[in-house]
Formats: sequence, structure tokens, C-alpha cells
Amino acid sequence: MNKNILQNLSGSQASVLGALAGGAEIMFGYPITPATEILQGWVEKCQKDASLSYLQTEDETSAGFGVIGAILAGKKAFTASAGPGNVLLQDPISMAENLRLPFVGIMMQRGGPSTGTVNYSQQEVTLTAFGGNGNGLRIVYSASNIAEMHDLTSKAFSTAWKYRFPTFVLGDGYLGKMSTKVNISDSVRSVTSTLLLKEQSEPTYLRNCYSSEESFADMLKDHISDWNRDKDKISESESYKCKHVSELVIAHGIVAEAAKEAINSMGSRKIGLFRPITLNPFPTLQLKKVLQDNKIKKIFIIESALAQLSRITKYELFDKDIQIIEIDKPALGFTPEDIKVEIGKI
Amino acid sequence: MIDKMPKSWNRKTKPHLFCPGCGHGITLKQLGYALDELKIQKRTTFGIDIGCSLLAWNFLNCDTIQTHHGRTTPVMVGFKMAKPSRVAIAYMGDGGGYAIGLQSLLHAAFRNDPITAILVNNENYAMTGGQMAPTTELGIKTSTTPNGKTLNFGNGFLGPELVKQISQKQSFVARVSVSQPEIVKLTLAKALQNQIQNNSFSFVEVLSICPTNWKTDAKDSFLRLESMQKYYKLGEIKDESN
Repeated sequence: MNKNILQNLSGSQASVLGALAGGAEIMFGYPITPATEILQGWVEKCQKDASLSYLQTEDETSAGFGVIGAILAGKKAFTASAGPGNVLLQDPISMAENLRLPFVGIMMQRGGPSTGTVNYSQQEVTLTAFGGNGNGLRIVYSASNIAEMHDLTSKAFSTAWKYRFPTFVLGDGYLGKMSTKVNISDSVRSVTSTLLLKEQSEPTYLRNCYSSEESFADMLKDHISDWNRDKDKISESESYKCKHVSELVIAHGIVAEAAKEAINSMGSRKIGLFRPITLNPFPTLQLKKVLQDNKIKKIFIIESALAQLSRITKYELFDKDIQIIEIDKPALGFTPEDIKVEIGKI
Repeated sequence: MIDKMPKSWNRKTKPHLFCPGCGHGITLKQLGYALDELKIQKRTTFGIDIGCSLLAWNFLNCDTIQTHHGRTTPVMVGFKMAKPSRVAIAYMGDGGGYAIGLQSLLHAAFRNDPITAILVNNENYAMTGGQMAPTTELGIKTSTTPNGKTLNFGNGFLGPELVKQISQKQSFVARVSVSQPEIVKLTLAKALQNQIQNNSFSFVEVLSICPTNWKTDAKDSFLRLESMQKYYKLGEIKDESN
């Protein structure tokens, strides 16, 4: 039975509790703002529970490869990082994508490129979903509030181990550092982990390097086929006030939370919000249903990045004859008032 | 020298894929004997790097993970943390260990992570066609030092000496040569025992030969190895501060 507990938590604390609820056993991390509190929070948990462990590594690359080592040994392992750390993590994440390893990462986006700013942006969407030299077979959740930092982190472990694609939760520094009272469910049905190097009489051989283009292509074909089979089961979204509307805001993460308030204050304007919870795979069927159920004439894609969400969205909507207006503020946040003003101009 | 194939070798993948005369074959044979003698093949997990070492991805009768360039050490560190009952080996070349993966090797030594790292030093990047490695000695011609390596690229990299400097006292660090296979076996066994019995870090550099990229025949390969042994001192590296 689920037991809901009301607690005052920051997004980072909620994420740590989410990792525990999801069955995480070991974390590898390197301090980086604004993800450091997740590492610190996990270390705190390790002091109280001997079954949990962690390693503060020499860099993010090693953190990611440490995660891979622990996963191969059958543990639910994860890391948390941001910005330049997320860039370094593309090395291990590419290997995880190749070998279908259930890698879990919590990426607290900050302004970039380069060191940029340390707290906020939505500029790690493309990097997290499509970084590396692969094909973007990675699951990316975007949390829009503190409760979701918990719930999506918890879910990420089960999703990763069930579908065997690297899985990420996107947050940001504001979401990580702000606190509020949230209801945390302490009981989830968690998918169990298994030994990937199987310790059987017939050894397990895992490689990511192939000598024949054909055999590698066959393997990728299988991965892509699994992705296409499972993507609609994995994808999630929220439709907010989407009945009898002619305009739609599409936003994710903390910007979507502000968009809700903006929509609430827009009175008689027939406008709703579609919020992709998974940015990859994109909830295409769910969005198309909202479009079908309404006569949508305009879509506003609002994000704290230059067209990262809208690139994904436009690709999915290429066959729709709907006006799309992009409202981008790389590295800057949106208040509900900002959104109201921007939409009011059109 | 015993010429029987080690039991811990995967016979189905032999003859192996290394170039004729390659020192990897000699090293892996001695590693195979060491695993046999210690009777630890069934509880050993073998991690290998990119570069020529990747050709060993199904070489041993042990669970094996082939990783990225320079990343075998952190993978095996993470693996060992999650599975302390297993014997973890990180097998790499001199580029993987002393260039791109040096940071991880040093920190594993610094923390005394209980893994056994084995590094094959053939003084070049062999898989990519013989470029300069940190271990290439002064004057040696490679495709990226066509006039011979000069001091502005550094002299031959003294890896075990550096690793020992920052290792904890329980560590075992040594350099051996494929010219002395029996010593390679005994030293690798000692390094594995240090992981098993002392739960400590061990590191063995194996001086090796690369006839393909050195463009040497058997005789000249071993003559060059002899010359390498004058610069790279063989034996256990002791902690001089103790």
C-alpha cells in the first residue's frame, strides 16, 4: 500500500529520495553546480545505510564508467551532473547506448555552451537525448516540479532496467535548490536488476567494437526496432486545460509549470498547455490526439534554449499545417507574467 | 617455459587475432597460466581497453567487458565496488593507461582500489598504425615523429615509478618484460594475490614487442626489447619513502 508522506524538500533532496525509492544502490559522481546537492544527499544516505555506497571520482568521465561497471555487476547505479559534466559523460553514455546498459543520470541543466552559468537553462535537451556518436536511443524525462524530481528519478531506474535504454531525468538548478512541501510516496513497484556479466560456466563477452559494418548494422537495427516497439509505452505527457482550445503552448520542465499559471491568468483566451514529460521518445501520439480533439491554429513552443524542444516537436509535426511560434530565451527563465506578455504580443 | 595452452584461454577463439609475434599473445599466455595456477578463472572478470587489447574481447574463459579508450580502469573500479567477491582485471595499452586514461589509473592507485591493472608497453599506438606513445623513447621514429622523438614530447614515460609515488603502501607495482615469460607469470600472480589477499591495488607494466609497427623481424624485435630494458628498469617498484 502506498504511504504518502508530506515533507519539506528541495528538488535535489526529492531526487535522492526518488533514487532510493527506485532501488538505487550505488552512485558515482563529481561535484558540479547545480547537481552537487544530489551527490551530497546520497552520501548522507550512505552514512545511515550500509547497503548503499558511493564513489566521488576524479572526473565525470570516470563517474559514468564507474556507473557502467556497477551496472555490469547487477547494481542499480547512477550519476548526477550538469553542463560540462554532461558533456564529459557523453563518452560513457555512448557506450551504455551501444551495449543497452540501464544507465541512469540526473542532469541538472545549466547555461552553456562552455562553463556558461551555473544554475539554469534548458540547453541540455539535445545533448542528453542525442549526444554522442549514436542514434539517440535514450529516454529523457523532464521534471517540472519537486514532486516530479522524486517520482521521475524513481521511475527512471525501472524504465532503464525494463527497456534497457540509458535513462535521464532533466532538472535545473532552480528546481534543485528550491524547497516546498511535497507528498512523497514511499512505495513503488520497482523493476529488479540482474547480473549483466553473468558469472556462468559459459562466459559473457560484451564488446562495443565491431569489425564488420554489416554485423554492427544488424545490432543497431535490433536496437532501433526495440525502440520503435516500446516508444509509445515509454512516452508520457500532460495535457493541461486542453479542452475546446484553439491555441496550444508546448513547454517542458519548470517553464511548463510557469506556463500553467500564465494560462490560468489569460481569462477567456482559448489556450491550453501540452507538456511532454518524456522529451525522448517524444509523446507524438498524445500530442496528435490533442491536435485532433481541438481545432488548434497556433502552437507556442516556449523554452529557455534556442529551439531545442521545438526541433524535436517540429520534426514530429512536419505534416501539420499549424502556425508554430517559437519563444526562446536561452539561459533565461520565464515567469508566468513573461509568458503572458510574450503570448499577448501575438 | 611451458608451451601448453592455458586452461583459462577460450580455445574456440584460437588462433588469436594479434599480429604474428605480438607481445600481447605472450602476456595473455602468462596471465592465463597465472589464473590457472591461482584457480581463479571462474571468479575473474576481465576488462579490456581500446587499441590492440580490444582483440582480447573473447580471449579468456572469463566474463569480459571491452570498454572505451582509457576507460577500463574506472569500469573495473565500479565493477569491483559492486562485486567485491570477483577478481577484477583492467587490461590496457600504454596509450590507454598513460595518455587518455592516466587520470583514472592514478586515482585508482591513489585510492588503493582493489583491482589489478595490467599495461602492455610497446612504445607506440599500434592499432592506429604506430604513432608516438608517451612511452616512445627519445630518437625513435614513428608516424608522428618522422625524424625521431625529441625531448619536447618528453622522454619515455616512467609509468610504474609514477604510479608507485602516489600509491598506498599495500599496493604492488612492478615492471616485467615478455623476454622473461616465467617472471611475467609470477609477477601477474603476485599482483592478483595482492587484490585477493590484501584487497589492494596492483599494477604491472609489461614491456612488449610490436614487430608490425616497429618493422622488425623476430631477432631485431628482441634486440629492441633488450634496449628498452636498459631504460625501463625491470622488477618490483619499491616505495622509497618506506
